[in-house]
Amino acid sequence: MIDYDKTLNGTIRDVKPSGIRKFFDIANEMDDVISLSIGEPDFKTPWHIRQAGIDSLEKGRTWYTPNRGFGELRTEIAKYYKRKFDLEYNPDSDVLVTVGGSEAIDLALRCIVNKGDEVLIPQPSFVCYEPLTIMAGGKPVLIETKQENNFRLTAQELEENITDKTKLLILPFPNNPTGGIMRREDLEKIIPIIKKHNIFVLSDEIYAELTYGEQRHVSIASLDDMQERTVVINGFSKAYAMTGWRLGYALGPCQIIDQMTKLHQYGIMSSPTTAQYAAIDALKNGDKDIENMRSEYDMRRKYILGRFEKIGFDCFEPLGAFYAFPCIKSTGLSSEEFCTRLIKEKHVALVPGNAFGSSGEGYVRMSYSYSLKHLKLALDRIETFLEELKNED
Amino acid sequence: MDKLLQILSENSDFTTEELASMLGEPEDYICAQIKEYRAQGIIKGYHATINWEKVKNSNVTALIELKVTPKPESGFEEMAQRVMEYSEVRSVYLMAGAYDLALFVQGESIQDVSAFVSRKLSALDGIISTATHFVLKCYKESGVNLVDSEDDNDKRSLIL
Repeated sequence: MIDYDKTLNGTIRDVKPSGIRKFFDIANEMDDVISLSIGEPDFKTPWHIRQAGIDSLEKGRTWYTPNRGFGELRTEIAKYYKRKFDLEYNPDSDVLVTVGGSEAIDLALRCIVNKGDEVLIPQPSFVCYEPLTIMAGGKPVLIETKQENNFRLTAQELEENITDKTKLLILPFPNNPTGGIMRREDLEKIIPIIKKHNIFVLSDEIYAELTYGEQRHVSIASLDDMQERTVVINGFSKAYAMTGWRLGYALGPCQIIDQMTKLHQYGIMSSPTTAQYAAIDALKNGDKDIENMRSEYDMRRKYILGRFEKIGFDCFEPLGAFYAFPCIKSTGLSSEEFCTRLIKEKHVALVPGNAFGSSGEGYVRMSYSYSLKHLKLALDRIETFLEELKNED
Repeated sequence: MDKLLQILSENSDFTTEELASMLGEPEDYICAQIKEYRAQGIIKGYHATINWEKVKNSNVTALIELKVTPKPESGFEEMAQRVMEYSEVRSVYLMAGAYDLALFVQGESIQDVSAFVSRKLSALDGIISTATHFVLKCYKESGVNLVDSEDDNDKRSLIL
């Protein structure tokens, strides 16, 4: 008998699997659950983009692409970042097309981090940064962002967590799960510290197209010579509702992208061909689709905030992504207790905030990537639930 | 298109308070706007979109093409006004092309609709000809998908 526990890679063995499965097992057993838990667009990929994928299949274009991705796609990505975020990248050397943004995050971490290097991870944030840092041999250093700061990373929080070993800051904004963003003025406050300590930045901008209010997303790479120390991660999943196509990209200095390309070349070879054809069409003809989806999300966002206000649910105004992150501390329940009771008693599924780091305790993530009709129904039930909780006291 | 009208045309089941928060406008403004639209005849009413196929002993619908002799001055107006008086007629359109008026007519049975066409419509002065097409199945009405499809179930899975 093989003792797998002792034989297999210890670093990976010790990484915990995503921790809230048991909660969703409850949801799966019910057939009338109204879920607000999903973290991907409810829209289908716009038809013309799907058509471009279909066309490529009909023409039999089913081979590998170049390791870095099609030249035309890299050119369109570079044009897109210039158009939207005022950043110049050379499509031949500074762009790598990956299997979703997630692969790009993994590659960047493995290329930048040496064993023992510290990686700063603001939390609450998406679940992948911590385990990927560990698997890259780095040491995650978690920074709790706070509701009183609109879940933005402050200069003080950053400075307090920097040591001699700090190598990289992960900047996950617009943020999943809080909906927080970093405005230009917030970025300008942390840049001097990043430069002073000579650290790199991994800017995960997968929700860049989904910001609301007056200021659109600003990439830290576009400010004050930050481009040389920043790897920008983006992709097609959220902006174009293309999650299942699995296509993302990294933009950065050619010295880093070259290293990442080696890993990608040996581990993946090339990103999905059909998806790349579709993505070229998305970048050329998809600006209007983004605008339409963004305006629909914004309407839903305003709708749920209006309902929160009416029912007295404490929530800061999310300005990005498609999540709200209300505080449930006044109920006296933990995030998991709140979610478990809500699903058992009212059959509404939310994600407990602590799934995104211990600093998410006391909050729940509510996705508004759902139709208004669906949101209305779910909020009606949540309203009743909160009233019943109050009456228990 | 006006965002308020767009929302209402898709789903009029929102309170003015909810509409106000969705559109980021004061509730007073939304109420005034709706009142104004009603006064101008832009909003003509609110109704449910019903999938009649699911209603027992439901109705029969037919599209009827009418060719009409136009009247001097008023053209097709008079005939359109005349046929819309019938309660069987659900909608009336003036068309460009091979015929003049398109009518959607509802009756209890095929015989019912046939009788309406042959006895009432065809008998009107000024009708040159009629062509009746019975509706076999309605897939989408007023922007609402009436077919139960697999897409009604959320196919997304939770990834964390």
